[in-house]
Amino acid sequence: MKFGVIVFPGSNCDHDAYHVISKHVGQPVDFIWHRDTDLSSYDAVIIPGGFSYGDYLRAGALARFSPVMNSVKDFAARGRLVLGICNGFQILCEAGLLPGALIRNRDLHFICEHINIRVETTETAFTNRLRAGSVLSLPIAHAEGNYVCDDKTLEELQREDRIIFRYCDAGGETTGEANPNGSRDSIAGICNSARNVLGLMPHPERACEDLLGSADGSGVFSSLADTLAAQVSVY
Amino acid sequence: MNPEAITSEILSTHNLTEEEFARIKELLGREPGLTELGIFSVMWSEHCSYKSSRIHLKRLPTTGERVIVPPGENAGVVDVGDGWCAAFKVESHNHPSFIEPFQGAATGVGGILRDVFTMGARPLASMNSLRFGSLDQQQHGRRNRSLLAGVVAGLAHYGNAFGVPTIGGEVAFDDAYALNPLVNAFALGLVRRDQIFFGKATGVGNPVLYVGAKTGRDGIHGATMASAEFDEEAMEKRPTVQVGDPFLEKLLLEACLEAMRSGAVAGIQDMGAAGLTSSSCEMAARAGTGIELDLSLVPQRETGMTAYEMLLSESQERMLIVAHKGREREVIDIFRKWDLDAVVIGHVREGSNMVVVHNGETVADIPVAALTDEAPRYEREMKAGSAGGSSALSVRARTIERASTLAGEPPALPADAALDYNDFLLRLISSPNIASKEWVYCQYDHMVRTNTVVLPGADAAVVRIKETRRALAMCLDGNGRYCAANPREGAKLIVAEAARNVVCVGARPLAITNCLNFASPERPEVMWSFSEVIDGMAEACLAFNTPVVSGNVSFYNETEGRGILPTPVIGMVGLLEDVRRVIQHGFKRAGDHIALLGTTADDLSISEYAATIEGRTTDEMIQGGRVPVVDLERERAVQEATLRAAESGLLHSAHDCSDGGIAVALAECCFSSLNRSAIGAEVDLGGTIEIPARLFSESPSRIILSFDEAALGQIEEIAARANCPLTMLGRTGGNQLSIKVDDEEVINISVTELEAAWRTSLATKLRADVLVAGAE
Amino acid sequence: MKAKVYVTLKPSVLDPQGKAIQHSVELLGFNAIADVRQGKYFEIELDDKLNEQSARESAERMAREVLSNPVIEDYRVEIE
Repeated sequence: MKFGVIVFPGSNCDHDAYHVISKHVGQPVDFIWHRDTDLSSYDAVIIPGGFSYGDYLRAGALARFSPVMNSVKDFAARGRLVLGICNGFQILCEAGLLPGALIRNRDLHFICEHINIRVETTETAFTNRLRAGSVLSLPIAHAEGNYVCDDKTLEELQREDRIIFRYCDAGGETTGEANPNGSRDSIAGICNSARNVLGLMPHPERACEDLLGSADGSGVFSSLADTLAAQVSVY
Repeated sequence: MNPEAITSEILSTHNLTEEEFARIKELLGREPGLTELGIFSVMWSEHCSYKSSRIHLKRLPTTGERVIVPPGENAGVVDVGDGWCAAFKVESHNHPSFIEPFQGAATGVGGILRDVFTMGARPLASMNSLRFGSLDQQQHGRRNRSLLAGVVAGLAHYGNAFGVPTIGGEVAFDDAYALNPLVNAFALGLVRRDQIFFGKATGVGNPVLYVGAKTGRDGIHGATMASAEFDEEAMEKRPTVQVGDPFLEKLLLEACLEAMRSGAVAGIQDMGAAGLTSSSCEMAARAGTGIELDLSLVPQRETGMTAYEMLLSESQERMLIVAHKGREREVIDIFRKWDLDAVVIGHVREGSNMVVVHNGETVADIPVAALTDEAPRYEREMKAGSAGGSSALSVRARTIERASTLAGEPPALPADAALDYNDFLLRLISSPNIASKEWVYCQYDHMVRTNTVVLPGADAAVVRIKETRRALAMCLDGNGRYCAANPREGAKLIVAEAARNVVCVGARPLAITNCLNFASPERPEVMWSFSEVIDGMAEACLAFNTPVVSGNVSFYNETEGRGILPTPVIGMVGLLEDVRRVIQHGFKRAGDHIALLGTTADDLSISEYAATIEGRTTDEMIQGGRVPVVDLERERAVQEATLRAAESGLLHSAHDCSDGGIAVALAECCFSSLNRSAIGAEVDLGGTIEIPARLFSESPSRIILSFDEAALGQIEEIAARANCPLTMLGRTGGNQLSIKVDDEEVINISVTELEAAWRTSLATKLRADVLVAGAE
Repeated sequence: MKAKVYVTLKPSVLDPQGKAIQHSVELLGFNAIADVRQGKYFEIELDDKLNEQSARESAERMAREVLSNPVIEDYRVEIE
């Protein structure tokens, strides 16, 4: 199995994602420059956090015009796995691969801190090694993480079990206070209807070592790796 | 060259004196043109030439076995083992941040990051030291709050987008900074020892490339602005403030590091203050060469720019690169990949002159040495005395009068029996200088790049070096009140505290960088305090074996005739040999021993207690107060004992005992943190001094430790061998902080209540103003 | 020829910045403010050879495909 980490001008969590895949997941990984378009050798791509194109205009808005994004759409359409973290989630929404949008945080400023999220479903390639209802402590670091969508989309996300993570308190309750940015329905991460594209605002790649304060993010990557390993053995 | 006559008005708008102008004519052997005069004015400005400080700075120790690059380059470099080096520096952006807090602070971060990556180092961490007037002062409170909100938003904007973790620093409040906030930015990067780059224009005939953002008219005369006092008129200079583009800077970083790896780069220099002028002539000066530039080739953002404007522009995110001859194409291609301009605009030339051509005409031809080595150096008049905020005459008369009645007088507080120490502790813990700075650092991405081992809010921040088992600890410390009352002792205290902070996380102090913020050097008392600070700092740096490897002097921090307190800020960097041995300040387990290394004296006269509980003004404290005496031998013993215990894995926690004294330090040890719940403590403070001093005195050279019963014997042995006093204070446990004094309980308060007060105080004060800044 | 493009959040989308601005101006004593919405404004210099119709068409396309996010924003184009 092989991972790719897409690098846009202004990406800045690209090295962090690369580090986790190579050191903690222990799998081969490449950086993919945003002008490259050939994704044929990869089984999963990560769209990392950062400020692609300075987040000018809107967070993630300009990255969607990079050549690699057409390839990512094809890649996703072929059922390959795409994980968008933070700015990556914003880009996936702007590109139409995920519904909704991420607007300015409720309290307006950038927030960097450890928060709790609840695993809402294990029915994805990104969460199948986690336990439904379990609480993960992950860092967030964003100014535009306030998830919005219309009623119809929300209803669809709920009905199709596509809300993967919700902000919650340490006991797993979704309260207003535990929702750091004002996201609708406490949404921290969602997937597409084919369940192979996941976007989330928290940073699992920053939480894979106890030394850094939490290793709760590693479950996302081990789910991914195990899913891919199973696919490889099927081929 | 420009034949225009140089009038005295022209001289004064360039901040040049008649004597300096005479010297210019002598050095050139002729009249300068206006463009040349502009070049001299920026290169001879205080900001670029250090003309008032240079003779004093020479007294600082700058060498040591780990020092690879001493002061003089864009950043200092020290060896941190396994072939890795740390490049770091702290720099002020005070004036621009006062004029336009958001952009001023943002471009300060941009400048310091470029200083670091110019050395070939990838930025690993940044910090900042901020000083503002008090948040609820009647006259300026609102402005102070909005300055803080704007500065923090600007620092966050730049650092977060660039992708460097902002991992700590300090935020302090004192009315001496009401009209002159201090914004000092620090950055540290990692570079392989054999891949360090220098700002040298070596190799005659080598091409000089301009890379990065296009040049506009922004920031013209920024360097001369930073070298003059402020008044209402200066606020109208707003357009000279530059706008930062962190996105472009991030591209510039990646392109520069890639170009350096290619081997095509001979030398590289940031275009900071005084832009193209200072970068080109400093590069030539360091290499002992000449340099020639053709301004017609400079990428321009605006039309019709004159040579004068281009040379003095301080547009951000630009670099000057000297490439190896014949390899300029490689450099250009790398920058093109990152969508950046890279253009050959000149070459390194024979001789020692800086020659500038514009539209085929020579607009400047100046010996490089005349701009650098021959720049004026002043041995300014010095006079012992108060150099602080009270130096403004109107203020001074009043304070001296009040202070004279105050000296020796006991604080105007009720009799001992009626003192409510629970209330005192609650008030101290919620005072902005002591309260949690979470509201500030939560706006900084402090975790990007996944190296941050100790999060902001600790004694020092710690980042690991991923490639090794080691980690670097760093902190910023300053104390204007101490330095105003006794600059020499104040400077020693600051260096001691910075070293202690680094030691408290288990790191050995390596080296420092300094940012020396002072009022006008033309005031003899300011210059005296500067000189004293240098001597105190030198003495302390020698004692801790922490040479000064980089730094910056910021004079003229005066507004409307009122100067700031002398405020040297120290950036201390320390090394942890094993990142797993890192210590933090929070108590870890119930039932542990709590002990104090060092001893407590009556050091209350200049303290948070004096300010918050006794209600003394800064001027009163400075005039009537006494600075604690730091015994550097004792300080070293305390630090050595802590390090020994930490390196032996004996400690569960270590915390510097400083602002607010032992009671505040104990409370901070009790508070919860990530993955750690709050723990109470029960202690008894013995001794002979008054109760308020035992609780709140700010004596230096003290560290609070906690450890397991089983470690007690070894810790006693370590302390004895280091010749360091060790006092057992009590035990951790429960939900209350209980402090007894000779068996009588004087404080008993729920940790939850204390922690809530500490955590929410700053946010509560700022809530309304935050919304305004956030909406920008 | 110049195209002016105004992008605003859809009425149904909460605008935290607008709310903050409203709060601030009220603090300054401006009363009788029902609502404040923040938006973006773009000036696009177009080739003078374009006729108004095609200028409008290209500005509309830019607004639709780049300058606004149809999930949360509306736009309006003026040509002059």
